Amino acid sequence: MTRLTHVIRKEFLELRQDPRLFGIVIMAPIIQLTMLGYAATTDVRNVPLVVVDQDGSSESRDLVSRFEASQSFMVIDRVSSVRQIDRYLDTGEAWMALTIPADYGERVSEGTPTTIQVVADGTDANSTNVALGYAGALIADYARELAAASGLVAGPPLVSAEVRVWFNPQLESRDFMIPGILALLLLVVTTNLSSMAIVRERELGTLEQLNVTPIARWELILGKMLPYALIGLIDVLLVVVVAVFWFEVPLRGSLTLLLLMCMVYLLTTLGLGLFVSTISSTQQQAMMTASFFFLIPMVFLSGFIFPIENMPAVFQPVTYLIPLRYFLVILRGIFLKGVGLETLWPEALALLGWGVGILTLATLRSSKRLA
Amino acid sequence: MSALWKTVAVARKEMRQIGRDRRTLLILLFVPVFFLLVYGYALNFDIRHIRIAVQDNDRSTESRDVISSFVNSGYFDLYGEVPNDEAISRVIDRNQVRAVLIIPARFGRDVAAGHFTRVQLIVDGDNANTATTVVGYVRGLISATSARYEMQAGLGSLQGPLLTVEPRVFYNAELRSTLFLVPGLIAYIAMLTAVVSTALSIVREKEVGTMEQVRMSPIGPVPYILGKTAPYFLVSLVSSMSIVVAAMVLFDMPMRGSWLVLLGVVSLFLVGALAFGLLISSIADTQQVAFQLALLTSFLPTLMLSGFIFPISSMPTFLQVVTHIVPARYFLVALRGIVLKGVGPSVFWSDLLALGIFAVAILGLASLRLRRQWA
Repeated sequence: MTRLTHVIRKEFLELRQDPRLFGIVIMAPIIQLTMLGYAATTDVRNVPLVVVDQDGSSESRDLVSRFEASQSFMVIDRVSSVRQIDRYLDTGEAWMALTIPADYGERVSEGTPTTIQVVADGTDANSTNVALGYAGALIADYARELAAASGLVAGPPLVSAEVRVWFNPQLESRDFMIPGILALLLLVVTTNLSSMAIVRERELGTLEQLNVTPIARWELILGKMLPYALIGLIDVLLVVVVAVFWFEVPLRGSLTLLLLMCMVYLLTTLGLGLFVSTISSTQQQAMMTASFFFLIPMVFLSGFIFPIENMPAVFQPVTYLIPLRYFLVILRGIFLKGVGLETLWPEALALLGWGVGILTLATLRSSKRLA
Repeated sequence: MSALWKTVAVARKEMRQIGRDRRTLLILLFVPVFFLLVYGYALNFDIRHIRIAVQDNDRSTESRDVISSFVNSGYFDLYGEVPNDEAISRVIDRNQVRAVLIIPARFGRDVAAGHFTRVQLIVDGDNANTATTVVGYVRGLISATSARYEMQAGLGSLQGPLLTVEPRVFYNAELRSTLFLVPGLIAYIAMLTAVVSTALSIVREKEVGTMEQVRMSPIGPVPYILGKTAPYFLVSLVSSMSIVVAAMVLFDMPMRGSWLVLLGVVSLFLVGALAFGLLISSIADTQQVAFQLALLTSFLPTLMLSGFIFPISSMPTFLQVVTHIVPARYFLVALRGIVLKGVGPSVFWSDLLALGIFAVAILGLASLRLRRQWA
């Protein structure tokens, strides 16, 4: 036990000698969360719109004013000919163009069905899809109003949908993203700290010295891990505070469970880093292996941004290999849905299994390498 | 010995070092293409196969009609029936379904008689983006159903809606999110490869102690920096251009602009990214710090602040200002402009200028820092 504490003390001393590193691992997560929390939004608002009003009647102005009043659109310019819109779309100044035909006012007052053309820049397919949906709904509502006013239809639609959105009624994508950013920051900070832990000693030649001391392998691994685990826990606390108090992400479940699950997660991220450290011979290799084979796949295939259910069926099984996948379900479950272990136990178990497995693997590998 | 020869000498030494570390070289050359292959297929925002559960309290021909209109739309997969409210909570809490449709009793009779009625939809809002799309699909389906029954009930004299929208989509007519994401992936992978490959290059020499020897030699900081960058520039240019080609072959990414302009833009971006890695390397004292800095300054910001996934125009104003220091932002505008829109430098000259300024400024800063350490 005293040998273990010696390794821990040594590791802490090394960390203290590098105050910059200490500052980075404490401050960076907060700064990052603050920025990324604002950035990570798939909400579509203020879509820049250019209007081609070939009619210029009071009816067409009425339609345009609906777009102006909407939060989703921002009318940036009005032009008179369809040919002028190319420039706006090419430069990306406008994402959409609303073209109102010349006989619009006449037809609408007669009650003749009319078509309005909406030209959209499809580059950002996701946002364009959402924006087209907004435009369609806006125009449909407006058409219904016009038709009802002139007695063409009997007021509201016969069948309507009453939509209730659970957990996130305002449909704020931030509430979904921020728990994910928390998981990702922890991963980035702790995995790469620990991925250098052993390989650094090897590269600098001090591993030989550790080798001749009576320290057991598991003591070395554990002693290397605990200081980083502590830093990770401090990061967790700081980041949760920012998420809850600054971004007002609802924390509906139990805080104790959240912290407990974060610890299990740290087991996997640190274990992963140590594993990388044991299979690399230089720090550069460790860095490449960690970032290319572990960090990037985790970002993309965990469901952090891209929902797993959207992936082709062949890729979905691959995601079960990724510990972040389970942690994200747990985090979002605790934060947004307020559920506990009774619902989350399969994910919690998978995460724990992953952590124990990778740590065992790292210990086994290190003993082979050191012998 | 002229500065040029010194540069070449440093470059040759670095080249030999890369060549000796096979794993690193293979990672730098082939992993980017492999990544594009996997992520290009896996990642999209196209929302299909939404699992939906139904609580049909009516069990009439009309209610079955509504349900089959959902299934036939191709967007929804029917999960099954849920008998009561507890079951609804359970299937949503466990992520077994994304939405539940509740059809009230008497739905069929009301509709046939021309009485107003409503169906209820419960949506899991945890992923706001998906939920918004689901709600949009459902509203569309319900309003089509409504119009059908209105006609049958003889309400209103209008055949179809008064105004219809005819959408025309430029550049990406089928609205495939892959076409949007693949250029982003190219930028992301290129940025990471470039920064990761150079971030450790100088600090490694410092940590291992060979920096002293370099300083003793008659090489100045500028040839040293250039010599360090050149080999990685070649490697990352090859890998970047091969992912562009792979994107065209694998994902039907169009190439509407000029190859020459593309090559120029990619090179400009890579110089900036490599220089950024060198700057990190000159700031850090240990490789561990360099790795942390590289990840925190390029891994996450390039993902989140470049417009790769999240549109910059939807961000708050202060953050939109911050995105101006992320070089991938400019690169993406130019890249998407060239491949998807077929426009040239006359449209995105300001982004090119920004990339150029970034590259020169970062190279300058890195040399300056080194010169101070040299003395």
